[in-house]
Amino acid sequence: MKTAAYLRRFGISGRGLVVALPYLWLLLFFVVPFVIVLKISFSDIDLAIPPYKPLLEWVGKNSLAIKVDFNNYAFLFTDRLYINAFLNSIKVAFISTVLCALVGYPMAYGIARSKPATRNLLLLLVILPFWTSLLLRVYAWIGLLKANGVINNVLIWMGVINEPLTLLYTPFAMYVGIVYSYLPFFILPMYANLEKMDWQLLEAAEDLGCRPWQAFYKITLPLSRNGILAGSMLVFIPAVGEFVIPALLGGPNALMIGRVLWDEFFSNRAWPVASAVAILLLILLVPFMMWYQSVQARESAGAR
Amino acid sequence: MTTSGGAAVKSAPWKDPSARPYVQVDRVTKAFGDFKAVDDVSLKIYKGEIFCLLGASGCGKTTLLRMLGGFETPTSGKIFIDGEDMTGVPPYERPVNMMFQSYALFPHMNVEENVAFGLKQDRIPKAEIKERVATMLDLVKLGDFAKRKPHQLSGGQRQRVALARSLVKRPKLLLLDEPLGALDKKLREHTQFELISLQDKLGVTFVVVTHDQEEAMTLASRIGVMNHGEIVQAGTPSEIYEFPSSKFVADFVGSVNMFEGKLIEDEPEHVRIASDDMGGTIYVSHGISAPPEAIVWAAVRPEKIFMSTAQPAGTDNVVRGAVQDIAYLGDLSIYLVKLPTGKVVRVTQPNTSRHAEAITWDQQVYLSWDATSPVVVTR
Ligand SMILES: Nc1ncnc2c1ncn2[C@@H]1O[C@H](COP(=O)(O)OP(=O)(O)OP(=O)(O)O)[C@@H](O)[C@H]1O
Ligand SMILES: [Mg+2]
Repeated sequence: MKTAAYLRRFGISGRGLVVALPYLWLLLFFVVPFVIVLKISFSDIDLAIPPYKPLLEWVGKNSLAIKVDFNNYAFLFTDRLYINAFLNSIKVAFISTVLCALVGYPMAYGIARSKPATRNLLLLLVILPFWTSLLLRVYAWIGLLKANGVINNVLIWMGVINEPLTLLYTPFAMYVGIVYSYLPFFILPMYANLEKMDWQLLEAAEDLGCRPWQAFYKITLPLSRNGILAGSMLVFIPAVGEFVIPALLGGPNALMIGRVLWDEFFSNRAWPVASAVAILLLILLVPFMMWYQSVQARESAGAR
Repeated sequence: MTTSGGAAVKSAPWKDPSARPYVQVDRVTKAFGDFKAVDDVSLKIYKGEIFCLLGASGCGKTTLLRMLGGFETPTSGKIFIDGEDMTGVPPYERPVNMMFQSYALFPHMNVEENVAFGLKQDRIPKAEIKERVATMLDLVKLGDFAKRKPHQLSGGQRQRVALARSLVKRPKLLLLDEPLGALDKKLREHTQFELISLQDKLGVTFVVVTHDQEEAMTLASRIGVMNHGEIVQAGTPSEIYEFPSSKFVADFVGSVNMFEGKLIEDEPEHVRIASDDMGGTIYVSHGISAPPEAIVWAAVRPEKIFMSTAQPAGTDNVVRGAVQDIAYLGDLSIYLVKLPTGKVVRVTQPNTSRHAEAITWDQQVYLSWDATSPVVVTR
């Protein structure tokens, strides 16, 4: 107890530590890397290790010069490649989000309306894929989708088709991969929302003359709006920067911003440009993150 | 106890065997697993009635009502509404509206939208919806709260919204599950009379669930007393009160003094009971159907007992005791009198004179009642 009293003299208490811990975490693993990336995005490219010039330079003996270069950002707007990649990423993320919602909502609904015992089992099945690595699962999809893969073989065997279909390296394969990987991120918040639903409201609506589908449209859907928004954000935000799935399943022309970033960083060793892309991506996503936060706040406040 | 009767059924159709019931519940049972929430219930409810289902918590009132509304399928038996078999008819096709015990207000709609919901569903013209909603909100005194969301209302206000929402569609049959429970006494009485007048105006048939026997007495044309999923007695409020058919009903409806005893004289026009409970004999001026020497119970209502300091004439229906407690309720006083047998008898006396007679704590008094007052029940 002596140490505790000693620490308290410096304004450090147990409670303070507990509160500080998440902030410390954020500082170490978010703020510091962010500042580094931000710094690199303002430097000049250099043939050195690391491949950029320092921001601060001693000029003469007593003066320190800051050299901030906005060219990296300007460059992103001169080459159509980057803008197209951004736009395409947003399009892919948007379509994936809609697909996740269309597939995930009925699943979350089914889980929320099942018996409590089956419910836990179904939820477990939803999270089960997380127990293996994403890469492995994506490779499994390659095995399913390729020309002599499982799906083509089964279709040929059933006599539905004669020639194998080109499934792999198409937008179709990419969307399958993204929707498959991100579906749990939609289902879980959706389920959390639907689970709180008072199903007697549907009885009341039916009592007042609604058919079941009308009751769903007028009662369940508006009341689960926050769940839909939260799930969509959880899919959309990471999907915009998605790199692995388009690279492995999508064709060579699946131009996504994550891929551009990878190429700039590793192929071109253009760290400053890559950093600028990363910062811009972050700025693009901040409004969505804030929206997600406000939806979450509303959800936990219980207001509809 | 006031038994104003209430509902506008003056013709007493339940006495007419040829009258057609509006609602007929025919040997309906609802089981949840092994547990029978509603057990072999048969009922006939006639057009224009306010039929109250009265019973303790958990006796199956809500379950019976939900079966009428179509939210629960009977395990066996049939329900007919207006002569039509309701088996397999979904709620939205029944000529019925229900007010839920938990209100089930739509949280994303304000008061006005909640009340208008059913009318919009029926594609009633906008102007008419507006007018009917406004009238209904006035009726339940919520005109000023039209734009509030349910979570901004008090419990009683929510209850009134739920009531308005079920009334506004003017259904032929209205099912109300504890419609007035959360209202204060004054508003409750007001709404009770509004319900009765509405019933007069619109000719709606009501089935009202309550566990408040006073409310049942005020509202009902008839009361069905439920216990453990069964209807133990159905009848007009005064029948239920004056002629309970069992100990349970006598005890549940109003307060009563129950004396257990043995039948020692069983004549067609009178019976005499020897009660160890009371420590005397009870003479009742009507016959009953029970085997001689049977154990029976004589139920005497507290307001039908006379209390005096002088010994009354006769030996039947008289007993002596000591005043144990007195509760002054304004219009009347309740006396608890302890008999030598240890039994405590409840007596109510109107406070007619301002300076009440000097009956006070620990005083010895005589209790007596008329031969017409006791009701003898055999179970
Ligand atoms: N869905 C259900 N599954 C299992 N048991 C049920 C179900 N619904 C009701 N019960 C049981 O049936 C019995 C009757 O319930 P019900 O809701 O009809 O009572 P009630 O008379 O309305 O009581 P209260 O006055 O408390 O509202 C209760 O014991 C209850 O636990
Ligand atoms: Mg109930």
